[in-house]
Amino acid sequence: MTPYLFLLLVKAALYTVAISAAAIVIGVSLGLGVAAARASPNPLLNWPARAYVSFFRGVPLLVQLLLIYNLLPVVGLNVPSVVAAVAGLALCTSAYQAENLRGGFASVPKGLLESADMLGLTPWQQLTRIRAPIAFRLTLPAVVNEAILILKASSLVSVVGVVELTRMAQDLDTSLFKPIQLYSAAGLLYFLINRGVAGFGRFAEQRLAWGAR
Amino acid sequence: MRFDYTLILSRAPDILAALGVTVYVWLVSLAGAAALGFAVALGRRYGPRWLNGLLVAYVELFRGTPFLVQLFLLYFGGPYVGLSLDAEPAGVLALSVYGGAYFSEVFRLGFEAVPRGHIEAAQCAGFSRTQIVRRILVPEMAVLTLPAAINLAVSLLKDTAVLSVVTVPELTLTVSTIGTEFYAFVEALFLLALGYWGLVEIAAALGRFAEGRLARFRFA
Repeated sequence: MTPYLFLLLVKAALYTVAISAAAIVIGVSLGLGVAAARASPNPLLNWPARAYVSFFRGVPLLVQLLLIYNLLPVVGLNVPSVVAAVAGLALCTSAYQAENLRGGFASVPKGLLESADMLGLTPWQQLTRIRAPIAFRLTLPAVVNEAILILKASSLVSVVGVVELTRMAQDLDTSLFKPIQLYSAAGLLYFLINRGVAGFGRFAEQRLAWGAR
Repeated sequence: MRFDYTLILSRAPDILAALGVTVYVWLVSLAGAAALGFAVALGRRYGPRWLNGLLVAYVELFRGTPFLVQLFLLYFGGPYVGLSLDAEPAGVLALSVYGGAYFSEVFRLGFEAVPRGHIEAAQCAGFSRTQIVRRILVPEMAVLTLPAAINLAVSLLKDTAVLSVVTVPELTLTVSTIGTEFYAFVEALFLLALGYWGLVEIAAALGRFAEGRLARFRFA
């Protein structure tokens, strides 16, 4: 493993981070919408959200990625493979994030909302001042955990031709025949990135701990 | 867009055979992962300190890296160190070792969740350490960890799809190959996704059934 090769892998790792970050941001936003629909008493909103969560959690991510990658051109959207990859990752993670967020919103203590009612806060104020901040803090550990899972799952987008970390190692291996060094180095980079995200998550949790100032 | 499933369904025997491979690979890996995870959890609880360090490294490394990279390392790197495996055994081995890391954490936390009072009561009643492990610790851990173990089993079922990348002839590889042959890739993948959805729901329902049956042993 020459320093140059390692540098190529590091660059690809940055691409992995970018893809995953995009998927996580889009996934959490989508998940918020799905969680809201899932919590709605209206069956027209509730049932599609249930089916959405069940489908995207019930189908292997690899199959979802292949499906989206091949479906987009058929419906007339000729986008680069990286867009399809981010869309696939985001859709899949949004179903998991929706469940996390739903749990967070459901665990906001009722007493707080009743007090807010007593004080005459409007529903919107209750949402922005009480429910959302508390639910966010309660959900943070699960969201960080899901982010780490997505970082690892992003290795699957190598299959639809996106040259991120795994695909870079694979491409280098086809010409260099050094699978052990290349895949170990790739694994090490994933490991370090995940460690970094986990550390950041713990730091954020401590800073945002409910009631801490 | 027009869907034509008749072509794909004309290859039903191949698809059924592939379904068999998927289920077989899943069950063997599941058994391997659970056995490995159980051994690792026991090793971490009762083993010497150096063993604990090794096992922690194993668990952290295999939970911290993508399964696909682990699979490539074994399948493409293995032959360089005298471990030439065919795709299917390599896939089963990789999935077992990967799943084992997750199972070991579930079982370890399960052991820790067994109430101390139960163990102390057994000690007072004169149980030997082996008896305590066999009669108290393991059965109570099994009941406590069942829901988490079922979740892991379902997620392992979905992970078998990744084995298609190293040419294990399971559902994903077979159905997408048929799709390519008939130039009906999207239809084939839709069918595949629905098939996995059904499989996962069946596995989850079986898990809920098992949980219900074992609910009478629950104590906490």
